[in-house]
Amino acid sequence: MERLSGYRGELRRALEEEGINIGDLISVRSRGFEYRGILMPRSELEDEWHIVLKLKSGYNIGVAYRPGETVIRRLGEAEKPHFRPPPPPVSKEGLPRVSIISTGGTIASRVDYFSGRVYPAISASDLYSVVPELSEIAVIRSEILYSVFSEDLTPEHWSGMARRVAEEIEGDVDGVVITHGTDTMGYSAAALSFALQELPVPVILVGSQRSSDRPSSDAALNLIGAVTAAARAPFAEVVVGMHRTTSDTEIAFHRGTKVRKCHTSARWAFQSVNTEPLALYRKGRIEMILKDYRRRDPERQLVLRDRFEERVALVKFHPGFDPELIDWLVDRGYRGIVLEGTGLGHVAQRCFKSVGRAVEEGLIVAMTSQCIWGRVHMKVYRNGIMLLRLGVIPMEDMLPETALVKLMWALGQTEDREEAVRLLRKNIAHEFSPRTLYQPWGGVQR
Amino acid sequence: MTLDYKALGLRVGLEIHQELATSHKLFCACPPRLFREEAEYTFLRRLRPTQSELGEVDPAALFEFQQGKAILYEASRETDCLVEMDEEPPGPLNPEAVDICLTVALMIGSRPVDEIHVMRKTVIDGSNTTGFQRTCVVALGGEVYVEGKRIGIEQICLEEDAARKTGESGVLHRYRIDRLGIPLIEISTEPVIQSPEEARKVALAIGQILRATGRVRRGLGTIRQDINISIEGGALIEIKGVQQLDLVSKIVKYEVQRQVALLEIRDELQRRGVRREELREEFIDVTEVFQGTRCRVLRSSIKKGRRVYALRLPRFAGLLGRELCPGRRLGTEMADRAKFWGRVSGLFHTDELPGYGITPKEVAELRSAVGAGEEDAVVITSGEPQRCVDALRAVLERAAEALEGVPSETRGPNPDGTTHYMRPRPGAARMYPETDVVPIPITPERLERIRSALPEMPEERLSRLMREFHLNRKLATQLIDSDYLDLFESICRETKVAPSLVAVTLTETLKSLGREGVKVETLDDETLKQVFISLDRGLMVKESIPDVLSWLANHPGSTTKDAVKALGLELLQEEELWEIVRGKVRENEELVRRMGLRAVGPLMGAVMREVRGRARAEVVRSLVERALKEFLGK
Repeated sequence: MERLSGYRGELRRALEEEGINIGDLISVRSRGFEYRGILMPRSELEDEWHIVLKLKSGYNIGVAYRPGETVIRRLGEAEKPHFRPPPPPVSKEGLPRVSIISTGGTIASRVDYFSGRVYPAISASDLYSVVPELSEIAVIRSEILYSVFSEDLTPEHWSGMARRVAEEIEGDVDGVVITHGTDTMGYSAAALSFALQELPVPVILVGSQRSSDRPSSDAALNLIGAVTAAARAPFAEVVVGMHRTTSDTEIAFHRGTKVRKCHTSARWAFQSVNTEPLALYRKGRIEMILKDYRRRDPERQLVLRDRFEERVALVKFHPGFDPELIDWLVDRGYRGIVLEGTGLGHVAQRCFKSVGRAVEEGLIVAMTSQCIWGRVHMKVYRNGIMLLRLGVIPMEDMLPETALVKLMWALGQTEDREEAVRLLRKNIAHEFSPRTLYQPWGGVQR
Repeated sequence: MTLDYKALGLRVGLEIHQELATSHKLFCACPPRLFREEAEYTFLRRLRPTQSELGEVDPAALFEFQQGKAILYEASRETDCLVEMDEEPPGPLNPEAVDICLTVALMIGSRPVDEIHVMRKTVIDGSNTTGFQRTCVVALGGEVYVEGKRIGIEQICLEEDAARKTGESGVLHRYRIDRLGIPLIEISTEPVIQSPEEARKVALAIGQILRATGRVRRGLGTIRQDINISIEGGALIEIKGVQQLDLVSKIVKYEVQRQVALLEIRDELQRRGVRREELREEFIDVTEVFQGTRCRVLRSSIKKGRRVYALRLPRFAGLLGRELCPGRRLGTEMADRAKFWGRVSGLFHTDELPGYGITPKEVAELRSAVGAGEEDAVVITSGEPQRCVDALRAVLERAAEALEGVPSETRGPNPDGTTHYMRPRPGAARMYPETDVVPIPITPERLERIRSALPEMPEERLSRLMREFHLNRKLATQLIDSDYLDLFESICRETKVAPSLVAVTLTETLKSLGREGVKVETLDDETLKQVFISLDRGLMVKESIPDVLSWLANHPGSTTKDAVKALGLELLQEEELWEIVRGKVRENEELVRRMGLRAVGPLMGAVMREVRGRARAEVVRSLVERALKEFLGK
């Protein structure tokens, strides 16, 4: 850590002059009053006029720094609390082998006492000591692939993840777990669903909605569920495994192409849209919900198709939408546009000219619905029929995000527009459902 | 037992927790009140003892987690949102609550911090859905004076209240989250209190100061004391969550007795030369001894296929049965531990046997089965073998602690003022920054605004009450100790009712109604005030006040008018009253002729018996006098 992390300006200079570092025991005198405590880091987002002190009681307070008035002295180095980790359990012989690939979420972590910051705990023995139950489920091999916030991930990272998973599978594991920040985990899951074809074993993406440094974190159970599925689930597909409800009782495994983050903060944020979850983890066991799935078969030969075209945009139509946005994409050389239209799959008539031009210029234009639940039906209203005539491709009941990823993937596979359209229309990883089934509450689990 | 507390080196520190009457909770917009109905929905969670960089995992919490402890939270949409469920980050620290804490700080000379930092204090018993309590220091230092003695204040904190426990069965604990997040001020004194009575007085004085702000919640459970007690050579014992002020001095007294007795037991064990290594983990299955027992507990346990296990405690004879404080023995302390660690229902020890249906012959066989002599004690328990072993291991641990003296632990109060084991004392450093809440600078302008409108201190207010409202000291003190001080002043300002009547009603009358079982806590300020306004307007008489209050307490949402009507206490019109008075005079014609104008007394009595509560005595008297004159003048 930077030795005066977060301190700026005059206060920083005053601390430097006294030779003070974070973690030092200091005295701060001001207006006839003395505070003693350990200097703590200061957030960069806060003002530059307060010293953060950890008092003997463990509480932090901010003490105002008044130049010319406040006297700061170093008293010595603070005694760091001792760290006595309990011995990690030893993994058992003969258990299934599972690889855990970390991409930046802090699903297993430790807190630094002085800074309160969270550090990933990622070696297998770290994981065992944080979630000892894992040692009863599988022999774990773990590694860090990326340390990136999930909103900073790009299609290039998807390719990297796909290749890494392929190598692990090559190395003969019984399943792969990818820990991932939750914000874009749905996109990555869709991308891997297309990139990893003919999977022999399961690939489970997992994250946490409450950080793992708190006792109430959902991380441990999510991880236990994910590792159990990787080790023993009968399916060989890409899924997202997260809490099914607010309770610490079940993990739902959602197909990578049908899953969406539907809540900003809750544990049950991930939902299967227009389908049920593929399977559940409950009381230590994996229970299948859907019957039609690809079975685990270690002999099956994985097909890796890891290229994605980045010049594809997801465009949400809304009242007042300016069709020039579409023109701009065409002019910039984009190769595909996924529209998130209204209702059954519409955009305003005033957009038709731009949409028609995009298709004429060779772009693939696909239609999804911003309703999230339900299916696009473009033959019901005149506007829909007109859009079909212009060459817009309806994406059935596919999620807009999945359609974006799929179009990126399809255009990554071929330079030929017709072949890309063929791939886009083909059901590759259950991204289309043939039937729209009844789901009360639109499928949100209650 | 009389104890010289000074000589024993008694040091007591108090932490007073009081819920604040804010318009919403500390970190969300939920109303700060409890939900009395059936829970609207529940959810199940497990709190994992997280391993911090400290590596300090509370062993008791870890044990409970490994046993499968789970928490079922009860919730309602009326009082809880996703913040209490730990499904959404907290909102900003409630500024209203900060202002109340700053007000108290300035009243007692505590120095507000320049910037408030919210912390997470690890608490994984289930009382917080997050596994930590959010808390922050608002001010440092300060003092209160109790009978001339300075009691230093260490700090003033603002915290979120915890969920309240509603049940426990096996490994499933139930908590209701309505109380979670209600703002709580915590005032910690220095450990300078030197007697049980002083502890009570300090708690009272701080309670008065808190109430003087007029911004605290009232009713049972809204104020709670933690008491830290130590004596020379003993240990620091933290007694958590004392709700009744009257218990404070008793708890301190009993805890001192307990520590003194434990030190005596230690000395006795040393005299007997008992060494730590003699306490061996030899847990012996003695089920055979009790095959035909008449002891009901053991018999029914054996019938269910469970076992009886025994542990020998060398040269402990006579010490397990020694009383520490009323009704609590070293054996009780061991039983507390055994119940927690072994989840057994209890234990028996040879100091109390023969007894409970266990015969001298069985005791002799028990002693021989474990190789115990007369100078040894034997402890037995029954249950599944693993539970017996866990329980007896905890007993052995407690026996080893007895060699050292007083084990440092957190204890909970019993209704009689004794205490029970709750958990080992937590490590000092279990605080982390709450990174979801930004620090709050306290500006000089804010302090100035608060300083300019500080409430009076209780002492000043007492003198003013006596001066301004002509109350005697006793009544004024009672008012200050009550929750109704502000209400009293507002009633006296708005009506012409005699202040002493208002004061008596709000203190003694309400208290005695409460003792009779009337739910006086359901009477809100507005309802109480309306009673006096009705009295002031002549809609009822003062003698009716207790009946009206009882009726209102049983009929929430009703008005004084409803009460007066339902109770038949509407005042009679003067014409009706005049007819009654004239009737009485006629009925008592003979008396009136005999006594003349002196018949006022008996006639008053006769009339009042008939119209009690429906007419004012002065009016009746003047009408009786008029009627007499009229009658006699005829």
